[in-house]
Amino acid sequence: MARIIAGVATSHVPAIGVALDQGRTQEPYWQPLFAGYEFSKRWIAEQKPDVVILVYNDHASAFSLELIPTFAIGCAESFAPADEGWGPRQVPVVEGHPELAWHIAQSTILDEFDMTIVNRMDVDHGLTVPLSLMFGQPDRWPCKIIPLAVNVVQYPPPTGNRCWNLGRAIRKAVESFDPDLKVMIWGTGGMSHQLQGPRAGLINREFDTAFLDGLTRDPLALTRIPHVDYVREAGSEGIELVMWLIMRGALAADAKEIYRFYHVPASNTAVGHIILENP
Amino acid sequence: MTDYNEAFKDIPGTVVFDATQSRLGFHLNQFCMSLMKAANRAEFKADEAAYLKKFPMSEGQRQAVLARDYNRMLALGGNIYFLAKIGATDGHSFQLLASKMSSVSEEAYRAMMIAGGRSVEGNRSKSEGK
Repeated sequence: MARIIAGVATSHVPAIGVALDQGRTQEPYWQPLFAGYEFSKRWIAEQKPDVVILVYNDHASAFSLELIPTFAIGCAESFAPADEGWGPRQVPVVEGHPELAWHIAQSTILDEFDMTIVNRMDVDHGLTVPLSLMFGQPDRWPCKIIPLAVNVVQYPPPTGNRCWNLGRAIRKAVESFDPDLKVMIWGTGGMSHQLQGPRAGLINREFDTAFLDGLTRDPLALTRIPHVDYVREAGSEGIELVMWLIMRGALAADAKEIYRFYHVPASNTAVGHIILENP
Repeated sequence: MTDYNEAFKDIPGTVVFDATQSRLGFHLNQFCMSLMKAANRAEFKADEAAYLKKFPMSEGQRQAVLARDYNRMLALGGNIYFLAKIGATDGHSFQLLASKMSSVSEEAYRAMMIAGGRSVEGNRSKSEGK
């Protein structure tokens, strides 16, 4: 029987991918950030997940305004790194797990979540930067990855509560999948940041810290944060944090925090990272 | 629904990309998407005004693009992830775009970020006053 062993959350700033790809990780600006993921790389090498369900958002790469799915699950055999305007990142192709992805799609749809099924999709920095942070620079990603793209660009995005409940439905789906697989779920994006307008550069360490604390202390309280509070407190792009609640919803109530890292800035963004293990 | 959309308007210096903005900016954002192809970037750079004429945008939107007035583009329905493709075409860093939108030099913006970013204090609500 498949089971979810842990959840990981991390920001997915594009400049992190650029710094990695250009070999600049030891520069004074970047060194503290990459040092914050050393524990996580060792931890995941020991955990050896078979599959990661990777919750992220597309940034006008695979989806334009022509088509805006709220929740889109990648069921393909593989997903190519997207060309975001300066050529695709030179990272390995992302190998999917079609059997589990289709199983999750069926199970969640029958659970009344209207998922969009995607059989062809390029994946941008939202998905590949977290892979690089957690796995470094291997020739091949060490596990299968199921992309789960969430719309947080066009308003309204899904509510935090809806994301939480989707996480619960994903857990149920994984636990009803026969093969004995170790599955992780990652929530990416955030933390506080605003990329637009006169308020660009907004950072709110207090909000971010409370959000990280809430993931173990009282995750249900986080599901009640309205969109306007994310934008007001965590900046217009801080709304990405709703994706972390899909990850959290898929874990057990008593999931345990085993690691946390917080750093300002990576370009325009507060980087937050947490690892939660299921009992 | 009205309350949902109205609530965001109290937040200073921020355009929320709602249905109104999305409808207003559809063709502007479609133009931005076209810049994901190298051939289109070259054509745009060769004659920006002529290239912009290929998209059924408003004249105000075209002028905002030509002037690289990002705040104006946001007001006219541009979404930042789409507009960033103009910046990439220009070879500009995202921090340069952010500094332009917040009316400071790139150096000053970068220094602000290293010092911990823009404080939320005084920036939560238009009613807070500055």
